[in-house]
Amino acid sequence: MARPGLIARFVGSRNGLGFLFMLPAAVFLLCFLTYPLGLGVWLGFTDTTIGRPGIFIGLENYIWLSDDPVFWLSVFNTLLYTTVASVLKFVLGLWLALILNERLPMKNLFRAIILLPWVVPTVLSALAFWWIYDSQFSIISWVLMKWGWIDAPINFLGDPGMARASVIAANVWRGIPFVAISLLAGLQTIPQSLNEAAALDGATSWQRFRRITLPLLTPIIAVVMTFSVLFTFTDFQLIYVLTRGGPVNATHLMATLSFQRAIPGGQLGEGAAIAVAMIPFLLAAILFSFFGLQRRKWQQGGGD
Amino acid sequence: MTMKRRKFLAGTAGLAATGLAAGPFAVGRAIAQGAGMSFTPEEGASLRLLRWVPFVPGEEEAWNANTQAFTEATGVQVQIDQESWEDVRPKAAVAANVGSGPDMVMSWFDDPFQYPDKLVDVTDLATGLGEANGGWYEGLEGYAKQDDTFIAVPLCAIGNAICYRDSHMKAAGFDTFPEDTDGFLELCKAMQSNGTPAGFPHGKAVGDGNNYAHWLLWSHGGMTVDENGEVAIDSPETRAAIEYAKALYATFIPGTESWLDINNNRAFLAGQISLTANGVSLYYAAANDPAMSEIAEDIRTVNLPIGPVGESVELHQTSTLSIFDHCQYPEAAKAYIEFMYQPDRMNAWIEGASAYCCQPLKAFADNPVWTSNPVHEAYANASASLRPNGYAGPLGPASAGVMADYVLVDMFAEAVTGQRSTDDAIANAARRIGRYYR
Repeated sequence: MARPGLIARFVGSRNGLGFLFMLPAAVFLLCFLTYPLGLGVWLGFTDTTIGRPGIFIGLENYIWLSDDPVFWLSVFNTLLYTTVASVLKFVLGLWLALILNERLPMKNLFRAIILLPWVVPTVLSALAFWWIYDSQFSIISWVLMKWGWIDAPINFLGDPGMARASVIAANVWRGIPFVAISLLAGLQTIPQSLNEAAALDGATSWQRFRRITLPLLTPIIAVVMTFSVLFTFTDFQLIYVLTRGGPVNATHLMATLSFQRAIPGGQLGEGAAIAVAMIPFLLAAILFSFFGLQRRKWQQGGGD
Repeated sequence: MTMKRRKFLAGTAGLAATGLAAGPFAVGRAIAQGAGMSFTPEEGASLRLLRWVPFVPGEEEAWNANTQAFTEATGVQVQIDQESWEDVRPKAAVAANVGSGPDMVMSWFDDPFQYPDKLVDVTDLATGLGEANGGWYEGLEGYAKQDDTFIAVPLCAIGNAICYRDSHMKAAGFDTFPEDTDGFLELCKAMQSNGTPAGFPHGKAVGDGNNYAHWLLWSHGGMTVDENGEVAIDSPETRAAIEYAKALYATFIPGTESWLDINNNRAFLAGQISLTANGVSLYYAAANDPAMSEIAEDIRTVNLPIGPVGESVELHQTSTLSIFDHCQYPEAAKAYIEFMYQPDRMNAWIEGASAYCCQPLKAFADNPVWTSNPVHEAYANASASLRPNGYAGPLGPASAGVMADYVLVDMFAEAVTGQRSTDDAIANAARRIGRYYR
């Protein structure tokens, strides 16, 4: 019997076939994820502008950014935006999920309605918020003025504090459904018998929530909140439509500043450096959720 | 199907625009013009032009009709691709870099200076057109000329002017519009106390915000950099400009620091403000809406007031035409541009643009569009009062970057909102400008 050819042997072997099956995914990852990321990191070390290839300038972009108050303002804004919006989304989303997990009339209808903010394209809902927050035509200001509560329209997007609160509110509105529906799915995996047993033992509903629901929900929470934090941290559309980073950069996020410097401003190198500067924060968020929230002991109800 | 109908409409509009007697002879005249022109297209040439999406249908119709006439006269097909105005810059830059794509681009501001060595030298064409038509306006020429070489052909200025409610100005005790900055401040104060305030954007409004910020700085004699590109923002003139901006800001309707480009239009049309600066589009938004005829009849336009610098200086918006050096048919491209600038072609286009586009050549200043409606008049001066971005320094990626990064807009906004002191706002702007001009 003739020995099978090289290719046939390769395909026939366990490892060879596995390699072949992995190849498409690997090529995809390399071409569409690793290469762009690598290129972005490289651009951050050059002075590339639109229309002119750059030369390697080492850390110059980062040195400049470290001394740039606008950049640090955007870092502060991004952290504030992410933290406040994520906490609010988590608390409100969990609350909604718990309510929806109860026996409610027309439960499915409510669940469908909850999803709406998530279904509407972000740019459209952002445009709606743009009108809601308009400095002259805000519906909120209008109603409050009709009621005689205020005399002048609220300066939603003009005052730095108000502008930050406004964009966070819009982001929370949009992000709640994702958290609520995902946590609701998680809640439904918790066996009812545990709750019943605890109830028989005389546990209050707060104790049942604290000792049964929450620990069993943590793996889901970890995943959901990781995604939620990542979405929030990299938000762009909402800011771009509502304020473009104004007033006076009070709502500039790292993503919007990166775009402004790189594309309209033409400073691709610097824009890439700002984008790269987001990576450590994102990694930290991921590591925290995976190593912090997914600890077995905590999930099983033990203390730290 | 729709394409064909559109082309047909454009063609008929062009015939109508060519003039009273020209009707049936339009094609014949075009050929006659072709004979007198200095550039002969290469055999079998075809062209692609990348342009910004037109603001008014009349402008697009006139441009396309002129293009159609060029094709009929020379046999050169011209494909016109439209991009939204914010996307022209990156697209053109990529085309220049990669060396393929459109042959010509209708771009904004200092774009040609981002890739000057990727453009065809059009000095012969531009000099010829200038000599034949009374010369280029200085500011527009600045956007097209690097040292002694034309790297682009100036196309137009998209004018910016003050739009105000005449009755509200009169009610505030002013019979005529003040021409200087001091009188203007008084007017704004009076209008504010009358409950009909002014409003200029201090937010990230690409067009209106930059126009206002540059006028504030330049009218007081300030400049971002000097002739050598050295930072020159830290000056008594800039301080005066900021103090003036603060005084003016105090008279505005609240909320202007959040305004993007459209907000002043909205507030004006809703009667919330009675004075702002804008393109002629503001007037047309009112004039085209029967419900707003009252506002439309009350609108007057005037150039922004003259400051201590003693002359009318504004940024406006500029567009130029340039030819990429990867174009296979540079002679055809030059012939196309030359054709489009022939007096009756150019005049038809300017007229079609109904005061959006101000002529690049002085000979076209008597275009009937400027006198057809008193509202248009202020926009006729756009090319004359225009000063290139990044004054007094050279144009290039640095000047473009400073504007795109809203350095001046931010400087004024920081100071008027009290977020930074005048000195800190200037220092911050100086740092950012220095970075771009390093």
